[in-house]
Amino acid sequence: MSVLTVLYALLFYVATATLAGGVAWKCWVYARTPQPLKIPIPPAPATRRGVVLRMLTEVTLFRSLFRSNKWIWLFGWIFHVALLAVLLRHLRYFTEPVWFWVDMVQPFGLYAAFAMLAGLVGLWARRFLVDRVRYISSPSDHLMLALLVAIAASGLAMKYLVHTDIIALKAFFLGLMVFSWQELPADPVLLVHLALVAVLMIVFPLSKLLHAPGVFFSPSLNQVDDARERRHAAGWSAKIVRAGRTPGG
Amino acid sequence: MATAFETPPLGEYPVIPLLREGAMAHSKPFVAKPDLQKGLGFPGELVPEWEKVAVTKLGELVSQSRALRVFLDSCVKCGACTDKCHYYLGTADPKNMPVARQDLLRSVYRRYYTFAGKFFPWLVGARDMTKKVLDDWYSYFHQCSQCRRCAVFCPYGIDTAEISMAARDIMDTVGLGQKYSNEIIGKVHKIGNNLGLPEPALRNTLDGLEEDVKEATGVEVKFPLDVKGAEVLLVTPSADFFAEPHIDGLIGYAKVFHAAGISWTLSSHASEAANFSLFIGNHDNLQKVAERIREAALELGVKRIVVGECGHAWRVAYSFWNTLIGPFDFLDPRYPAPQHICELTYDLIRRGALTLDKSANDDKVVTFHDSCNVSRGSRMGNVPGGQFTIPREIIRACVNKFVDMAPETIGETTFCCGGGGGLLTDDLVELRVKGALPRMQALQRVVEEHGVNYMAAICAICKSQFTKVLPYYEHSRDMIGSVHGLVGNAIVLGPKR
Ligand code: SF4
Ligand code: SF4
Ligand code: SF4
Repeated sequence: MSVLTVLYALLFYVATATLAGGVAWKCWVYARTPQPLKIPIPPAPATRRGVVLRMLTEVTLFRSLFRSNKWIWLFGWIFHVALLAVLLRHLRYFTEPVWFWVDMVQPFGLYAAFAMLAGLVGLWARRFLVDRVRYISSPSDHLMLALLVAIAASGLAMKYLVHTDIIALKAFFLGLMVFSWQELPADPVLLVHLALVAVLMIVFPLSKLLHAPGVFFSPSLNQVDDARERRHAAGWSAKIVRAGRTPGG
Repeated sequence: MATAFETPPLGEYPVIPLLREGAMAHSKPFVAKPDLQKGLGFPGELVPEWEKVAVTKLGELVSQSRALRVFLDSCVKCGACTDKCHYYLGTADPKNMPVARQDLLRSVYRRYYTFAGKFFPWLVGARDMTKKVLDDWYSYFHQCSQCRRCAVFCPYGIDTAEISMAARDIMDTVGLGQKYSNEIIGKVHKIGNNLGLPEPALRNTLDGLEEDVKEATGVEVKFPLDVKGAEVLLVTPSADFFAEPHIDGLIGYAKVFHAAGISWTLSSHASEAANFSLFIGNHDNLQKVAERIREAALELGVKRIVVGECGHAWRVAYSFWNTLIGPFDFLDPRYPAPQHICELTYDLIRRGALTLDKSANDDKVVTFHDSCNVSRGSRMGNVPGGQFTIPREIIRACVNKFVDMAPETIGETTFCCGGGGGLLTDDLVELRVKGALPRMQALQRVVEEHGVNYMAAICAICKSQFTKVLPYYEHSRDMIGSVHGLVGNAIVLGPKR
C-alpha cells in the first residue's frame, strides 16, 4: 500500500468526519438556541403548511433572491442546481451496482459541470465588477470561489484531458466505505481534485457554507405568522415573571 | 451637529449610487447622559474593560437568539441586499449597505467566537473589539431604522434589524447609549408616555378635543380617560394627543367609536403605545413597557385592546404582546387581541355600521405610505397581506381619488420614511432627509402623474418624519396625514344641530 493511498484514505476519513460532525454539531446548536420572539418576514404564511411551501420555494427556486437580483439569482441558481447534478453523478463512484437513476443523470451531470463553472465565473466576476459586491468581499469569499472553480476545472480535466483510472478510483472509495483500503491511482490531477474536495468538506462547517443548514433554521423564514393565535415563548421569553395579577386572576 | 448638507436630487428615475466611502461617518446621534443611562439600568459611561464586557455580552446575546446566531453564520456575501436599504440609496455610504452594516458586528463575532476568525482573522475579515470599531458601531447602527426591507430580499431572511438591535443593546451594556431613545424610554417608565405628558395635562388635552369636535360637528364625541368598565382600551402613540397631523387620527378614532356606539377609554397609566425598547434591543425594558398595558387593561376591566396608528407599536403589539404580556384570556375572545384600529374600522365599514361621505375628501388625491413596521413586522386581519389591503380599503371607502405608488416601493417592499428605529431626532436630520430619498422619489412620480396631494400613513413616526422632511423636497408639510384623519373627515355623525 502506497503512502499516498494511506494519506488520502486518512484525509477522507477526517474530511467526512469534519463535515458530518461539524454540520450535525451546528444544527444541534441552532436547534438548541431559543428564538424568544416571533419575527417572521413577509410574505409570511399563517400556517405550518404554508411555511413548508415557502421553505421549499426558497431552497429550490431561490425565490427571494429572484426577487432581489436577477443576475445573482441566475448565476447562483445555475451553480447550485449544477452542483447538485454533479454530486448525483458522482454517486456512481460510491455505489455498486450503480443505482439506475444515478445512471440516468450521468449525461446531465456532464453538462452540469460546465454550467457549474459558468455560474461560478459569473458570481466571481460580480465580486470584481460590481463596486458594492467588491466592497463586501473578503479574501475568504474569493478563495471559496477559487476552490470551487479549481474543483470543477480539475474534474473536467480528468474527463477530457488526462483520463484517470476510474475503476481503481471506484475500488478505492468503495474500499474506504467498508474499511478495506484499496490502492489509489497516483494521477496528479486526480490527487489535486480529491485534495481540494477534502478541503471543501473540512471548511464547510467552519465557513459561510453554513448557509446550507442555516437557511432551514432562519426564524424570519421558518416561523408561522400566528403570533396572536398561538402564544409563543422560548428562552428568556418563557421565563417572564409577572409581578402583578396572574392571567384571569 | 446640524452641519450643512445637501438634499439629494430626486432625479428622473431612481439610480443605485456608486460607493462613497465615509460619506456618513460623521453622522452620530447625541450620547445619553449618565443619569439617563442609570435610569434604564445601564452604566452611565464607558465601563472599565468595556471591550471585554462587549464581547461577553455579544456571546450572551448570540446564545439567547437563534436569529442572531443563524444570521451571523449564514451570510454568503452575495450582495443581493446591497442596494435595498434606503440609507444606502440616499447616502451612498457603503457601510449603509445591509450586509456591510451586519459585518460591523459580524467581524467581531467572528474574531471571538468562530474558528476561522480566531486563527485566520485576515481571511474572513474578523476584527478585534476596539474603540474604532465601537465608534463605527455607534455611527452606523444609528443609521439603520430597523425597517427589515433588506430581510425581504435576503435569500436566508437575514434581518439586519436584529443585528442592529443587538449592537445597540451591547453599546448600552458598556455604557454608550443614544440620548433620544433612552430619554423617551425613561419618560415612559416615569410618566407613562413618550412625551412626558402627565395625567392632568392629558385630561385637559382630551377635554379640549371634545370641545373642538363639538364646535366643528355639533356632536358630543367623547374622549374618555380612565373609564372603568369600558368595552375598549385604546392604546395609541402619545403624538396623537397633540402633534399635527396625528391628532386628526385620534379624532378619527373617536368618531368611529362614537358612530359605532362602542364604549372606549384611554388610560393614563398606559397612555403610550410606542415602545422604544424595541429599538435599543433591550428585552427587559421591552417587557416592562408592554406590561403597563396589561395592567391598565386589567385595572379598567376592558374587554378589548385596540392599538392606534403606530408602526413599531403595532409590531410589538401584534408580534410580541402575546409573548410578553399574554395570554389575553381576560379579553373577549370574539375579537383579535390586540386589535388594530384599522381592523376595527374596516370591520365596521364592511358591516355597514358607518356612514361615510367620500366627497368630504374631494380636495385630496390620496396615496398610502406603507409603514415598514406594519408591513414587515406584523399583519392585520386573518389572511396574509391584510396589513396592506385593510388600510387601503378604508381609504377607498373614504376618498374618491386614490392611487398607489410604484409597486416596488410599497407593500412588503415598502421604503421606510427614513426616521424609524429611534432615529427621529434633530441630531440626525441629515440622515433622515437622505434616507427619505427613495420614498420621495416614488411620491414625486405620483404627484407628477396623478396630482397626488395627500399621503396617508398609519405610523406616528412616519407622520412626524414626513412633516419634517417633505419641505426639503419642496413639498408642503401638510401633505402627510393620518388614515383615520380621512375617516374622520368622511364619517357622518348624524344631523348637525
Ligand atoms: S442578501 Fe443576505 S446573504 Fe446576501 S449579502 Fe445580503 S445579508 Fe448576506
Ligand atoms: S433594516 Fe432597513 S435600515 Fe436597517 S439595514 Fe436593513 S434596509 Fe437598511
Ligand atoms: S416610522 Fe414608519 S416607515 Fe419609518 S420605520 Fe417606523 S414604521 Fe417604518
